[in-house]
Amino acid sequence: MATEKKKKPAVPAAKANGPKKAAPVKAQSKKTVTRTIQVDELSRVEGEGALFVRIKDGEIKECKFRIVEPPRFFEAFLRGRSYMDVPDITARICGICPMAYLMGAQQAMEMALGIQITQPIRDLRRIMYCGEWIESHVLHAAMLHAPDFLGLDDVLKLAATNKQVVVNALRLKKLGNDILEVIGGRAIHPINTRVGGFYKIPSKKALRGLMDELKWGIDASIEIAKLFGTFDFPDFEYDYHCVSLKHPNEYAIVEGDVVSNRGIHIPVSDFHKVFQESHVAHSTALRGSVRDTGEPYLTGPNARYNNNYDQLSKLSKEVAKEVGLGAVCNNPFKSILVRMIETAYACEEALRLIKKYEEPDVAYIEGTPRAGEGFGMTEAPRGVCYHSYKLDHNGRVLKAVISSPTAQNQPQIERDLLGVVERSMDLDEKALKWRCEQTIRNYDPCISCSTHFLKLTMVRE
Amino acid sequence: MAVPKTKKNLVKNPMSSGAKAKAPARVRAKPKVAVWKFASCDGCQLSLLACENELLDVVGEIEIAYFLEATTSVIKGPYDISLVEGSITTEHDVHRIRKIRQQSKKLITIGACATSGGIQALRNFADVDDYIRAVYARPDFISTLRTSTAIQEHVPVDYELRGCPINKLELLEVINATLNHRTPNIPHVSECMECKRKGTVCLMVAKGTPCLGPVTQAGCGNVCPSMNRGCFGCFGPSEASNGLALARQLEKLGMSRMEVRDYFRSFNANSVAFKKISEAYD
Repeated sequence: MATEKKKKPAVPAAKANGPKKAAPVKAQSKKTVTRTIQVDELSRVEGEGALFVRIKDGEIKECKFRIVEPPRFFEAFLRGRSYMDVPDITARICGICPMAYLMGAQQAMEMALGIQITQPIRDLRRIMYCGEWIESHVLHAAMLHAPDFLGLDDVLKLAATNKQVVVNALRLKKLGNDILEVIGGRAIHPINTRVGGFYKIPSKKALRGLMDELKWGIDASIEIAKLFGTFDFPDFEYDYHCVSLKHPNEYAIVEGDVVSNRGIHIPVSDFHKVFQESHVAHSTALRGSVRDTGEPYLTGPNARYNNNYDQLSKLSKEVAKEVGLGAVCNNPFKSILVRMIETAYACEEALRLIKKYEEPDVAYIEGTPRAGEGFGMTEAPRGVCYHSYKLDHNGRVLKAVISSPTAQNQPQIERDLLGVVERSMDLDEKALKWRCEQTIRNYDPCISCSTHFLKLTMVRE
Repeated sequence: MAVPKTKKNLVKNPMSSGAKAKAPARVRAKPKVAVWKFASCDGCQLSLLACENELLDVVGEIEIAYFLEATTSVIKGPYDISLVEGSITTEHDVHRIRKIRQQSKKLITIGACATSGGIQALRNFADVDDYIRAVYARPDFISTLRTSTAIQEHVPVDYELRGCPINKLELLEVINATLNHRTPNIPHVSECMECKRKGTVCLMVAKGTPCLGPVTQAGCGNVCPSMNRGCFGCFGPSEASNGLALARQLEKLGMSRMEVRDYFRSFNANSVAFKKISEAYD
């Protein structure tokens, strides 16, 4: 709902294209000019978020990206649950990236119980995760983010002008979901994964059935990447502190050490020794920062790309070059290109792993409950997703800590907004508001994720 | 977030006939469908976008009037169908769902959160004062209700679609049936029926694997039993289920009382039938 403030000057008549959630409002006095950019309901993001920017005499006084999603207190009610229940429960933090929660929790439990998974199980997990990257990246890039660059409200309007690209995007997204379904049994909240492996080993035949579509997927995502490469990108760059996983042998998705482009290199278990989360009044999500400096950092596609560019496939690098990206991408608006490059990579990678897949003899490694502590981290489509659990001797949770990528990115999103607004003062209210929303959508914020690990702080009847 | 009602929020949807004012009388307006979110993971409304093969056909038949996750444009109510995802966990949302009900001819809840309170309803079983004592940070920053409750505990609901998440084929059936003024063809039988139809060997009988199938509503597509996994109740209680008898059988299979309690206490913990069992085993 639009929130109105004080005097309302004439608002430019809304046209078919443009942000409409709330009308920009100018409060004017004789000497000072205050511009307020307010968006109470962000659209085309997952969950409930809001934005507030106050500019006085050309100077930004306030800039807040608010997460207003009601907290669901996962960390509180996980206490006392069996280690076996945890992955399926944490999956319900997010319907778009359940793998980040299933895998992260499974890894942490396997570490706590001393379970060593086998190579085929590891490969199957990586293939599944490729499916999630494809499904989530295409949903965001083509259906939620691309309309921003074209001044359109949604993907349906894009379908009216360029149906083929939307049809291809939907088919790609379906490919991602099909991978999740073949291995995981269900696309949203897969049911076939468990601590130690899988309930049922997917057949070689079923996996090979995905190969033709994956070959098509490589070409289709490259084609979409090239099309998006023709967009007019706002001229904005930021010297990001990029945080991602790094694996010695591959473009990190399911495991690795935590690294940054400013020299951090730590095991996942040390994550909260180096990074912290804090709580502020205007948001129901915790906010990430580097512990030593209190400075924000970036996680997600651009951070991965910048830290692990060398490990991308030859083809992905060629596409990157063709759409005008070097080895480093510091323009957040170009994350849409990086997402499509990662989509092409995920198709290639899934294809490579499926080609060499042989059905393993055992579906899972059984664990024995014991007291312990475990950590897990994967590269969710939006960035690193951290899990840590302490278990009692029955394998029941004593303490759970989960850090979602969007919560970690929240302070950096505000930094970006500051920078973007500074450079865009000459835009009219409507265009500026649109630009701000677009800046937030660069991050593909997953707002359900970001709030759902909040600890219960108060209850009012 | 609230129901958009101010004039300036009104934007003509390009999917409609294009006429600025009223459509000519002989052109029948497309039914207006709105999608609303409360406390949830977004997975159920995502099921609508996951209808990749059907999406463009579906939106050809309806007018997406409000679907914040997918579109920036907003059309004012009243709406022919409101799809509601998520549970009620804040005072603000109690008021918001009432406003949405007022503007909706048919209100359909989608998924376990909207239909029974969801996984976040686990708070309903906790001593919240213990939570408060255990927790710190800044209590003044957060306000929330003591419970997470289903939509029908606040407003009348025309149809409840089960699942965590819902089955997208069932969603299409419910939308189709509602638009054509017929009862949705959705089974209310137990998951056991799906096993029989699909030819899945009974896990509980053949392998002694604990399974909630006998008391859980069918509709998921038999996903777990056909993957060698016992049903864990995503679709909530089936009609006339005998949960206590199943609970005793689970004990015979070697589950502890606490394990039985937790088994019934997950995504549909707050549904009447499952709640009864988990409280009996508390």
